[in-house]
Amino acid sequence: MRRSMLFLPGNTPNIILNGDCLGSDAIILDLEDAVAPDQKDAARVLVRNAIKYLQFPGIEKIIRINSLDTTYWKKDLDEMIPLKPELIMTPKTSCREDVLQFDAYITELEEKLGYEKNTVKLIPLIETALGVEHAFEIASACDRVAAIFLGAEDLSADLHCKRTKGGAEILYARGRMVMAARAAGVDVYDTPFTDVNDDEGIRVDAELAKSLGFTGKASISPRHVGVINEVFSPTQKEIDYAYEVMEVIRIAKEQGRGAIALHGKMVDAPIVARAQQTIEMAKALGLGREE
Amino acid sequence: MESSDVYMELEPIAGENEIVLQSVVERQFGDSIRALLSETLKEEGISNVKLNVVDRGALECTLRARLEVLLSRSRGGENA
Repeated sequence: MRRSMLFLPGNTPNIILNGDCLGSDAIILDLEDAVAPDQKDAARVLVRNAIKYLQFPGIEKIIRINSLDTTYWKKDLDEMIPLKPELIMTPKTSCREDVLQFDAYITELEEKLGYEKNTVKLIPLIETALGVEHAFEIASACDRVAAIFLGAEDLSADLHCKRTKGGAEILYARGRMVMAARAAGVDVYDTPFTDVNDDEGIRVDAELAKSLGFTGKASISPRHVGVINEVFSPTQKEIDYAYEVMEVIRIAKEQGRGAIALHGKMVDAPIVARAQQTIEMAKALGLGREE
Repeated sequence: MESSDVYMELEPIAGENEIVLQSVVERQFGDSIRALLSETLKEEGISNVKLNVVDRGALECTLRARLEVLLSRSRGGENA
């Protein structure tokens, strides 16, 4: 379960070392934008040691490496793949070939290390207009892709528009990303909300993302993590309803009935699918019922 | 420099390795920090150096990381 993903700058020990107590389901250890070019080597070694020594139990580790147009990405992977992080985030992913290039190099490293293929998954960061237009082919490029992630700051620059709190400028990209990810059968994550002091704004933004179908949302501030987790968790009312749905379906099957209603509304296959998703998530959060 | 980090500098000297440590946790961990750094220099085959260290409460993984990068740069590695 991954509702929230928190960015941590890769060369900042006092932030990284607290990675497992900031409340997020995943941490993104950043070797890219948060690290100055002359400190890339230092960040790589610090992140490698932090994972090796601290392990961050119970937290998913995602490493954002540098992009293909730099000289750093192979060195990043050389250091990170032996640690078996759950996911590698690849920035500025704009087409299927980008994903396949990362995949080929990771496969080579996994073979050298004796790891099973696809031990380390990919979460391509889509942050260009070209990337958004290619979202489905990126999401379905290979089995290593577990999710895609929208980066709205770079995208807005590429679109020649301003980022706004309302997010009208990225509405198309959000919809396109969700559609592509769901069609490819992978998860999809929303861009961070960048005003760290706007507590109401993050809630509105996270609720919008959830309503559009995103799996979760990234954050650049620990302050936003709690709200994101709350928004992307099922409410007690939703959990209760999901169990009611599964119960009426069970009864309908027993009675040999093809259709059944709950609270005056027909319960059909999509409602059952959503109920199952809600129950799975509730169980993952320890809110499920014993069966 | 932020808390939990450490700054290190190497200089060549004649004779045994020397570690000059300034640390906010000198009283509690000074000896173990010196031992860790000294051991790492030995493992890396480094001799005849003075290691100047300004520590703001770095954990072992940070101390090891910063020393590794310093040694790599001093050998002409990335960002040397």
